[in-house]
Amino acid sequence: MLLHEAHGCPIVAVNIWYHVGSKNETPGHTGFAHLFEHLMFEGSQHHDSGFFQPLQAAGASLNGSTNADRTNYWEVVPASALELALWMESDRMGYLLPALTDQKFVNQRDVVLNERRQNYENRPYGLASMAMLATLFPDDHPYHWTTIGEIADLKAARVDEAHEFFRRYYHPANASIALAGDFESDAALSLVRAYFEAIAPGPAVEPVRRDVSLDADRRIFLEDRVELPRLYVAWLTPAMFAPGDAELDLATDLLSHGKTSRLYRRLVYEDRIATDVSASQSSREVSSFVQISATAAPGHSLPELYDAIAEEIAKLAVEGPTDVEIERGRVQAETQFVQRLQTVGGFGGKSDQLNAYNTYLGRPDYFSEDLGRYASVTHESLQTTVKRCLHDARRVALSIVPTGRLDLAMPESAPVVVS
Amino acid sequence: MSAAASAGVDRSQLPPLRRVPRFRFPEVTKSTLANGLGVWTAHHDEVPLTEFLLVVRHGAASDPVGQEGLAAFTTDMLDEGTGALSAIDVSEQLARVGAQLGVDIGADAILIGVSSLTRFAERALRLVADIVVQPSLREEDFERVRRQRLNRLVQLRDMPGAIAERAFVRLLFGDAPYGHTPLGREASLGSVTVHDIRAFHKRTFRPSEATLIAVGDSGHGEICRLAESAFGGWTGGEPPPDRRSAPLPTPARLNVVPRAGSPQSELRIGHVAVSRTTPDYHALVAANMVLGGQYVSRVNLNLRAEKGITYGVRTAFEFRRFPGPFVLSVSVDKAATALAISESMREISEIREARPVSASELAVGIAALTRGYAKNFETCDQLARAVAQMALFDLPDDFYTEFVPCIEALTPDEVTEAAARHLEPSRLTTLVVGDVDGGSQEFDRLGLGTPELVSPDSI
Repeated sequence: MLLHEAHGCPIVAVNIWYHVGSKNETPGHTGFAHLFEHLMFEGSQHHDSGFFQPLQAAGASLNGSTNADRTNYWEVVPASALELALWMESDRMGYLLPALTDQKFVNQRDVVLNERRQNYENRPYGLASMAMLATLFPDDHPYHWTTIGEIADLKAARVDEAHEFFRRYYHPANASIALAGDFESDAALSLVRAYFEAIAPGPAVEPVRRDVSLDADRRIFLEDRVELPRLYVAWLTPAMFAPGDAELDLATDLLSHGKTSRLYRRLVYEDRIATDVSASQSSREVSSFVQISATAAPGHSLPELYDAIAEEIAKLAVEGPTDVEIERGRVQAETQFVQRLQTVGGFGGKSDQLNAYNTYLGRPDYFSEDLGRYASVTHESLQTTVKRCLHDARRVALSIVPTGRLDLAMPESAPVVVS
Repeated sequence: MSAAASAGVDRSQLPPLRRVPRFRFPEVTKSTLANGLGVWTAHHDEVPLTEFLLVVRHGAASDPVGQEGLAAFTTDMLDEGTGALSAIDVSEQLARVGAQLGVDIGADAILIGVSSLTRFAERALRLVADIVVQPSLREEDFERVRRQRLNRLVQLRDMPGAIAERAFVRLLFGDAPYGHTPLGREASLGSVTVHDIRAFHKRTFRPSEATLIAVGDSGHGEICRLAESAFGGWTGGEPPPDRRSAPLPTPARLNVVPRAGSPQSELRIGHVAVSRTTPDYHALVAANMVLGGQYVSRVNLNLRAEKGITYGVRTAFEFRRFPGPFVLSVSVDKAATALAISESMREISEIREARPVSASELAVGIAALTRGYAKNFETCDQLARAVAQMALFDLPDDFYTEFVPCIEALTPDEVTEAAARHLEPSRLTTLVVGDVDGGSQEFDRLGLGTPELVSPDSI
């Protein structure tokens, strides 16, 4: 339970993290954590109708999201509606099941299938993440599947599994609450106690831990309804907050952030072989990955992109970053950290950050140290991390090609099936 | 309610709504430089950041016929170099002070923003001034950027939402100023020359047509000093020619862009409606909340919550300087396409008369618009964009402070009447991007006539 007073704007953010995500699912039951998030908006015992209505009527904005590691829920309310938000959040934490019917379950499963069609199946390159995760991580690894889940699993899901899921993961012992905004701490704490203290803790949730490594280069391809082929190259990297994590964030920045970045400059500005290029790290609890993607400009091929990317990575691994790149990375990190402090709520606002630090590290006050991780990256630490982690024989290269144009994929790529 | 009793809190009813303190927008201080550039500032000192936003009062609607995309293309060229600096140099200079350049092209305006830690604000603003006032606009950069923009158009062909957006404005506006998206079309981008870009820059980027907005922890005097030093030497060219004009087309009621194998249908339903200057502005904002402007709106409750055929549906009046579109946007399960169309049209039609806005619906809409209003003004960027709207549409200084009282004063009758005045069911045009048989019985029953096939290439 975390409290952060900020009196600049007469609003309060309520933010709750449940330490459960798609990594807690098992093969055959994928997509469940996210589907469950939907059910949390369908009413609870003492308010058995839509979750949005009373909160929106009180002027709240609200949402929730699920990723591999956690599920979060938030409201940003006028300061005078704090109690309402706590009433609603505590009711669904404590008393969801009496209101969780099969009809609601089936309806939300259909909404999720719509979401899947809209955001994955009907979106160009939309299945790339499924293909990449399925290849980076072995079949039984908790990151093998995407948060949205597989269609067959979603269709097979049953309401009694939802009840079981709730009992196991949705209780105080697996949750973290953060309030940020315009309130007095003593009064706010009393309210939280009144609404949440009577909810019984459930069983402790064992952390998911699983070593993973790639021992060779893998090449795969996928056909899609796209005009231009796109290449994705990915590496497994250290877990979130582990040594090397910050270095790789800065490395992906200097590779692809802005026109001055190495890959933009090389692929888009100078050689003009790509229409776009991006690089980022997906930092996760169990294991992270870095992914670079680039779309071939008309008349250019994925092997050209692949070679240029490989060359730039090799150069960074051998020569390391320039002093200017290190300085730039630090200033950009500082700016981004300060920008994140502008909002009390929502995704990425102060209350969300407090819960992230608390959930992953048990250190809600980690903000300054977190910024310190980026400030202390050196030429040498970045170079050695790139050399070690963005290794030239332990990559996955995914080609997405226009339907019927297998000839445009990287040579020796194997077909990959995503459902 | 045994659980409720033991918890010591009353779960038999929700806590009552409590009063929300009156929202007051920060004071906007306005000055004008000798060259006519407005400098408007609002103070915000929560964090040591400063955001500048240069608002130019011309956008994609100022593109000449046959040169659709010119405004956006020209703006895209600004950071391709200035003086001795190349595009890479410009990007490097911004990156070294952690400044983020952001560019938005709307129908009526071009917005160029830069945000940085306040200690770097002067350097960031100088650079923005250099690229806005004296961009290099070199031939070789022009060709590279054109190729990128043409490639972007190619990629948009893969995206059903983008296809729908582009085809729909074309259906509603034809060759009139709002008939294309800022990116333009393949043919028009292909025919534009670097001379067109230079001429457009000269006639559009003029201090008398622009306002520099600053939000941050510096005082107005300090901002004016920075503005004078960065933009004081800016002079403008000739004013732009008169706005292009073309009659609005009369599109078919039902239009289909075929997309074989598409699992979802992307729908747009709407018509040309009303301008930002309408006296019905507040009533329409409220009407839209009830109809399709929030999660608990009529169309979303119907199509998502009840029927489960979409992940979400929304409606919007796009308020612009001249009448903009009213549009309902939704992506639905392919099998439910005709159902989604008929239900959407029914909802749009019924709010006018058969099922007028009820007092309780309006109360929910008003609450959503007003009770949380303060949270729209939490960050420098939100504040700067709000001030930009003031500059763009000549809104009174107390517009945001008076918004809540104006909305709260609305009655259900006023809101229903405004909806009735500005929603015309018989004029609604429907566009489907998807794998549907528009000639099927199901579509026949919609009574929208023979569907017009729209080729993606004609967009």
